[in-house]
Amino acid sequence: MSAPTMNANAITADAPVQFYDLDEHAHPEGHSTMLGFWIYLMSDCLIFAILFACYAVLGGSYAAGPAPKDLFDLKLIALNTAMLLFSSITYGFAVLQMQQGKVKGVQIWLAVTALFGLAFLGIELYEFHHLIEIGATPQRSAFLSSFFTLVGTHGLHVTFGIIWLVTLMFQLSKHGLIAANKRRVMCLSMFWHFLDVVWIGVFTFVYLMGVLR
Amino acid sequence: MSRDPHAAAHAHEGPHEIEMPHASMRDYVIGFVLSVILTAIPFWLVMTMPLSAGATGAIIMGFAVVQIVVHMIFFLHMTPKAEGGWSLTSLIFTVIVVVIMLAGSLWVMHHLNTNMMPMPHEPTSQTVGTTTGQVP
Repeated sequence: MSAPTMNANAITADAPVQFYDLDEHAHPEGHSTMLGFWIYLMSDCLIFAILFACYAVLGGSYAAGPAPKDLFDLKLIALNTAMLLFSSITYGFAVLQMQQGKVKGVQIWLAVTALFGLAFLGIELYEFHHLIEIGATPQRSAFLSSFFTLVGTHGLHVTFGIIWLVTLMFQLSKHGLIAANKRRVMCLSMFWHFLDVVWIGVFTFVYLMGVLR
Repeated sequence: MSRDPHAAAHAHEGPHEIEMPHASMRDYVIGFVLSVILTAIPFWLVMTMPLSAGATGAIIMGFAVVQIVVHMIFFLHMTPKAEGGWSLTSLIFTVIVVVIMLAGSLWVMHHLNTNMMPMPHEPTSQTVGTTTGQVP
């Protein structure tokens, strides 16, 4: 990121023009982790965009099977959305505790975040179980295939987020708030809030628009 | 990040060499309250249906876009200056790709559907096995 432009001092009459960078740069450990993780999230965003596009194209193909109106219980989805939103602000509290250097506070708020995440997953699995039980399986229609793929991929991301949360709590109890752990807390913060952003798209586009259709 | 090659070396000497966004309680509370409002209104509109389906659809899509921006600013701490502008650059690039892909897929597939020759229906395989009867 250090300016890739030519060194202005090098361009004089006698010195040869150099197009490559000879300066030694300091590369502290993890100095590019935040940007790199952000770019990973952008690539994850593309995965979700493809699944949203699939759902947009196939979401109306019911194959004479059930439509969103018959299947979705908006009260359950509202509860699910609330769980994810609460988990977002509790993660924010964990970051605030980290800025004040309180390990215990970070761990407590991470644990609360994990509980909200588990509640979200539990409600989602209950919904999936109910759908499969009444015959609305992924094999039933193109609409249901794309629905389960999109919502299931989001649920898998939340699952891995919770595994990461637990891992981070162990790392914090072992090493405390060292620079590497602070970096991990901030990366998981991005990941967790990113999942909430994707969920905004899911509940609006899949559930609310589905019931309207 | 700086044009001066020595600036990076100086930054390295500090105890906190890694640039991290600074979060504040105010940001999180504002973001949370806005998110609750921007989530509750769409759910209320769809569950009680005080408006027509078309207007409701347009409003909830608008609310979703606003809420995504709220999350980006207050939870993900996006600023044009974060990471020397590279976070925002990669975000804009991703948004462009996503818009092209979504709009293009919908456009192409819509035309494929409308221009498709009518298929001869085979009533036996189309209607048998429906689950609509079992669904509440």
